[in-house]
Amino acid sequence: MDASDKFAQTYLEEAGELLAELETAVLDLEDDMENPELVNCIFRAMHTIKGSGAMFGFDEIADFAHYVETFLDKIREGELAVSKEIIDLILVSRDEINRMLNALNNVETDEQDRRDEIIKSFAQFADGHSSGLAEESEEPATPSDSPPQRSTKQQKVYRIRFKAGPDLFLHGINPLGLIAELSELGELQAHFLPEYIPHLSDIDPEKCYLAWDMVLNTDVEENAIQDVFIFVLDKSEVQIVNISSAAEEGSGLQPKLGEILINRGDVSSNQVKDALTRLGELLQESGAVSREKINSALSEQNTAKKYRAVSKPTSIRVPAEKLDFLVNIVGELVTTQAQLSQAATGVTSAELLCAVEGIERLSEELRDCVLGIRMLPINTLFSKFKRMVRDLASDLGKEVDFVTEGAETELDKTVIERINDPLVHLIRNCIDHGIETPEERKRMGKPPRGTVTLTATHAEGEVVIRIHDDGNGLDSEAIAAKAFEKGLIESTDNLSESYLFKLIFEPGFSTANSVTDVSGRGVGMDVVKREIDSLRGAIDITSEQGKGTEIILRLPLTLAIIDGLIVSVAKEQYVMPLHCVKECVELTRDDVEKAHGKRIIALRDELVPYIRLREEFSIKSEEHDIEQVVIVETEGTRVGVVIDEIIGEKQAVIKSLAKVFHGVEGISGATIMGDGAVALILDVAQLVRTACRREEAMYH
Amino acid sequence: MAKTIMTVDDSTSIREMLICTLKQAGYNVIEAVDGRDALTKLNDAKIHMVITDLNMPNVDGIALIEEIRATPAYKFVPIIMLTTESHPEKKVQGKQAGATGWIVKPFEPDQLLAVIKKVIG
Repeated sequence: MDASDKFAQTYLEEAGELLAELETAVLDLEDDMENPELVNCIFRAMHTIKGSGAMFGFDEIADFAHYVETFLDKIREGELAVSKEIIDLILVSRDEINRMLNALNNVETDEQDRRDEIIKSFAQFADGHSSGLAEESEEPATPSDSPPQRSTKQQKVYRIRFKAGPDLFLHGINPLGLIAELSELGELQAHFLPEYIPHLSDIDPEKCYLAWDMVLNTDVEENAIQDVFIFVLDKSEVQIVNISSAAEEGSGLQPKLGEILINRGDVSSNQVKDALTRLGELLQESGAVSREKINSALSEQNTAKKYRAVSKPTSIRVPAEKLDFLVNIVGELVTTQAQLSQAATGVTSAELLCAVEGIERLSEELRDCVLGIRMLPINTLFSKFKRMVRDLASDLGKEVDFVTEGAETELDKTVIERINDPLVHLIRNCIDHGIETPEERKRMGKPPRGTVTLTATHAEGEVVIRIHDDGNGLDSEAIAAKAFEKGLIESTDNLSESYLFKLIFEPGFSTANSVTDVSGRGVGMDVVKREIDSLRGAIDITSEQGKGTEIILRLPLTLAIIDGLIVSVAKEQYVMPLHCVKECVELTRDDVEKAHGKRIIALRDELVPYIRLREEFSIKSEEHDIEQVVIVETEGTRVGVVIDEIIGEKQAVIKSLAKVFHGVEGISGATIMGDGAVALILDVAQLVRTACRREEAMYH
Repeated sequence: MAKTIMTVDDSTSIREMLICTLKQAGYNVIEAVDGRDALTKLNDAKIHMVITDLNMPNVDGIALIEEIRATPAYKFVPIIMLTTESHPEKKVQGKQAGATGWIVKPFEPDQLLAVIKKVIG
């Protein structure tokens, strides 16, 4: 038997006793109709039967007893005189309750009818008197029935002013308990208001003079806060205001005076802040408000601020042009800062140097920060491909799983936009040319479903994107034959695989046996390569016949700024992108003579061809006795670039050249140097390509 | 140390329920069947809280609350009264007499404990 059964059993026994008590009292009342104590006794018995019955689930008994009790109350209050009929009726209802107690669980409908009949009879007696029998109560329900419902909904900020009533202690209420209870609902800041405490001589130690201003940041409804104060509401001043809703409504209102003045540039925001701090002081001095109330208002402001901070969306949308503009300005700033640094080199003032260094550091941080804003996860791109792969595979009757990795890798927005088309093309190629049909794959002993993997990773200030398929790989012989046929190469002998693979990036090269709908629509791999080049990226390909192909794209994180190596030829400065610079060596006249006219230098045990920038750009001036060679590497090829002097490293903000210069080979842009001079940025990849072509022309 | 609560109710079943609930929650309980019984049992005992019914023979709840408040030792002790929806005037009287709070019958054990926690922490 569990606890509630036990209570029910106790109730049944108790109710039986009460009914017996009641019966005795009613019979006594018959002899002594004016005795109020007897009426009281009868009333109490009925009251207990009702109250306890409701407690333990005997609702029918409780309901019925309620009617009888209400009727008895009228007699007790003297509204009705006891009569023989009334006594009969009470006895009948007593018997009815007794029957209900004995016949629990098998209530018949005629019993209900009989009960209604008795209630009606009571009602007849009560009729003509002020109120009906079944009066409704407006009283608040039992407080804190259950822990307040914490919804996962919005956070709200309430301003609560609680001024405890003077007789709170005399009611056994501890106001601190209420504050503790409030703090369980959320983040509470309470400010004690001492101003209601009288002078010591006037203090009655049994009286309560306490008051608080509180700000509660919570997710509960106002009712739950009311509940906390339920026992003190009528004795104390309690104000609860939801200031978060007010704040939301107010946010669209006209700007405040301070805001307008700041917007007009009449005052600075610091001046307004100063004035506002003084506002509190002024109000306090004039005696309008106490220091504590100002503190409390300040904490409300803070909470409201915090509330706004958490409840408002954490991102804002900004037009891309604004960002571009910002990047531009930061570019200018970096340039100016460089000028400043340069100008400061001759200065001995430690103070100035310190400031210059500070500016240098800050502008670097600012630049990184601004460039970071332009970064987007590559995921936006990757997710588009899923559908494309699926559709394409089913069109071609192939089965392909598409796997992406590193979708969270961030890249400059412009880069992401511009690699879309190349990636589409590369992935199409993978599926069209790479992955075989399921039958073919089975024949090769591979699983019928092919896999295309798209991976993005950060590596050394670059983003590396790999497109890998487990298809049949590149057929180097077919490529050689095709290249020969197209006149790209003069013989098919002695060509390395990696050289052959690169041929597929040459204009007009296509190895697909037939022109399908997917590839071979005029956009070849050469277009892909050109696009990647223009992004200052690199493309590489590895393949193993029968196993698969991997295309590797290396892309700069951003297009706006490059780390460059400043070099000079004939006093003119040039910038070489640092990412392709491998090392720098000297080139003496001896070295040149030893090479017997061949433009090759010995770099440890490797021979590296070189080009002379002076010649490439047709600069007419004397060669230095000792020249410098910058060894650059692009697309897996090492080439030296001969220049006069190496000046140093610099972050160069890229300025695009006017349209007239777009066709100029070997130059990708310009930058402004610290001294205000313009330096051209070398397109190293193109220089190297030109050099290789010339060299091949020489040997073939 | 466990807190001591006095329960005053003339209904055996309610008393039993109160005692059972309170003891399970770790409180010590002093039990009284009506106001007079309660006053004799108080007798300077260390009590943290009183829970009393209002309608009781001999000394009823209202009178009990007034008596307790008039005793210096119990002037500030929290008193919770058990009221019913049908007698709102009783609650007003009880509050005037110095009751701390109230619980409306019928109530669940959890509600009782919530109110106790609210009043004596």
